[in-house]
Amino acid sequence: MKPINKINSVLTPLDRKNVDTDQIISKEFLKRIERTGFGQYLFYHWRFHPDGSPREDFVLNDPRYSGSEILVAQENFGCGSSREHAPWAIQDYGFNVVIAPSYADIFYNNCVKNGILPIRLTDSQVDELIQKGQKAPLGLEVNLEEQTVTAEDGSRYEFTIDPYWKEMLLKGWDEIALTFQYDDYITAYEQQQQQQQ
Amino acid sequence: MAKTIIEKIWEQHIVYEEQGKPDLLYIDLHLLHEVTSPQAFEGLRLNGRKVRRPDLCFATMDHNVPTRNRDKITDPISRKQIKTLQENCEEFGVPLAGINHPDQGIVHVIGPELGLTQPGKTIVCGDSHTSTHGAFGALAFGIGTSEVEHVLSTQTLWQSKPKTMQIRIDGELGFGVAAKDVILAIIAKFGVDMGTGHIVEYTGDAIRSLSMEERMTICNMSIEAGARAGLISPDDTTIDYMRGRRYVPQGEAFEEAAAGWLALATDEGAAYDVTHTIHADEISPFVTWGTNPSMGSGIAEHVPFASDYEDPADREALKQALSYMQLEEGAPLSSIEIQHVFIGSCTNARIGDLRAASAIVEGKKVHPAVTAIVVPGSETVKRAAEAEGLDKIFLAAGFEWRETGCSMCLAMNEDSVPAGERCASTSNRNFEGRQGAGSMTHLVSPVMAAAAAIEGRLTDVRNYMKEPVPTV
Repeated sequence: MKPINKINSVLTPLDRKNVDTDQIISKEFLKRIERTGFGQYLFYHWRFHPDGSPREDFVLNDPRYSGSEILVAQENFGCGSSREHAPWAIQDYGFNVVIAPSYADIFYNNCVKNGILPIRLTDSQVDELIQKGQKAPLGLEVNLEEQTVTAEDGSRYEFTIDPYWKEMLLKGWDEIALTFQYDDYITAYEQQQQQQQ
Repeated sequence: MAKTIIEKIWEQHIVYEEQGKPDLLYIDLHLLHEVTSPQAFEGLRLNGRKVRRPDLCFATMDHNVPTRNRDKITDPISRKQIKTLQENCEEFGVPLAGINHPDQGIVHVIGPELGLTQPGKTIVCGDSHTSTHGAFGALAFGIGTSEVEHVLSTQTLWQSKPKTMQIRIDGELGFGVAAKDVILAIIAKFGVDMGTGHIVEYTGDAIRSLSMEERMTICNMSIEAGARAGLISPDDTTIDYMRGRRYVPQGEAFEEAAAGWLALATDEGAAYDVTHTIHADEISPFVTWGTNPSMGSGIAEHVPFASDYEDPADREALKQALSYMQLEEGAPLSSIEIQHVFIGSCTNARIGDLRAASAIVEGKKVHPAVTAIVVPGSETVKRAAEAEGLDKIFLAAGFEWRETGCSMCLAMNEDSVPAGERCASTSNRNFEGRQGAGSMTHLVSPVMAAAAAIEGRLTDVRNYMKEPVPTV
């Protein structure tokens, strides 16, 4: 996993709540057996008409936000299916940070396991970022080490994150390799279970 | 100190704990299917890792499998995904109920059926509806593919302890009210993110009166309320269901296990972080009208008006949902015409569901404008239904009787609803495009789906049922 700390980019405002993982990556694209190549299908049915032409009114098709690495959305982002293809698509498309008031639990976990930083800000802070970002492209600096989001207009937001996830993201750890260091505990647990049976 | 079942199971599974870190939890059962596992197995191969406990894994194929012409999977990518699971299971020694195996079925139907699902177990699967297994008093939750790989390698997961939530359903369920109506009513009342960061325990008289299959329907949709997991404390109903299943202890060992299972039940006076209550009287046969599972009402109601909501964001959400669903504010729900009926999915495709639906359609005909299919939840369910003649009842009424799988719940195989058409579906999600690009889904119980098939529109199933005469 690639470490993540500072991200500088304009934000992409997606003013919707309860965005489910079926919208993020539709089922017809879940058949690949690789982790790569999902970005082209991100928000497919919101991005494209049935004939494949782009929907002009969808924010990802707005050239003002091209190259953005920060997606800002409303509450309960990533609800529904556990498909990790959703964060794979988000990352493959180019987003490394998501900002929302809240996330579905499984989606949140799936993000941090892939080196995507999911930031929680308050409802009003997210509203503010979305409104500003809709008016004109707004550059943000995200700093994980300091747990801050600073907009180019000077506004600054602090966020909290579990220290364990923070370290994982900053260092880009392979969690499985980390858990192997606890192998003695796992073996001891298994032996104890066996004795009880 | 009095403890909830959630705390008891959690504590029994801690392998390692340290201040400031999530707990390292042991996983007792890891269920796998073809869609969320290939990248995990590939990760093992790339790193030269093996499956630590293949004996605690069980795999099947359900999401992609065709429900007719089983031998010919026409989509080459589906075929490859199914073949990949077979090869991975062979390579890593994981037990598999493959496409032509007599135990094959939807992963959340076969786990309980085989007795793999047991009270007190920690159960995971790369599938959000893993919460289904909570019906047995197991701690069961969906995980992503990276976590699948982690469990395959280590049989553990790092988990921060979620908060506990009680949802108590008091009273007695009314005439014609199904388990599906209960969970849809809960989600409509409390919202799609009420459970975020929590494990829910369902309690109360209404829950105690339910069969194991009905309890599975409720726990299945815990994820639709955002909960990490949902469960029900074991009782005699649980024990009766477990007895004699293939993977449970037999004879005296069973009685011993059963005593342990019953002891897991939440202690009198145990405290939850949050408690919500709903009375059975509030719940009637339900349908959804929108694009998430909280957008629903009793069948006698109508589509809401924007003016019903105070929050502008809710009004906007209503507008977006109705635009997708091609519905007008204030439209009576029983006026909505449907073109498809799907009876199936991990929510509602067990034998009890099929019995209930068949009783409604027996001797009647599917409306000429409707295509209706029944997709049993497993091979075992299918065999049992055929032994009882349920297939004949459905076929005579004009339903199609299919092979098992996830099918039209998410339309990953060829079973889908065309754009612009509507489906009354016993599945769990009415998200945009869930049953096919541009399709519109109305979530209902199996009996409501059966009644809709006959009338060609959403309708109150109670008109098709004889109210039992109360016994004095």
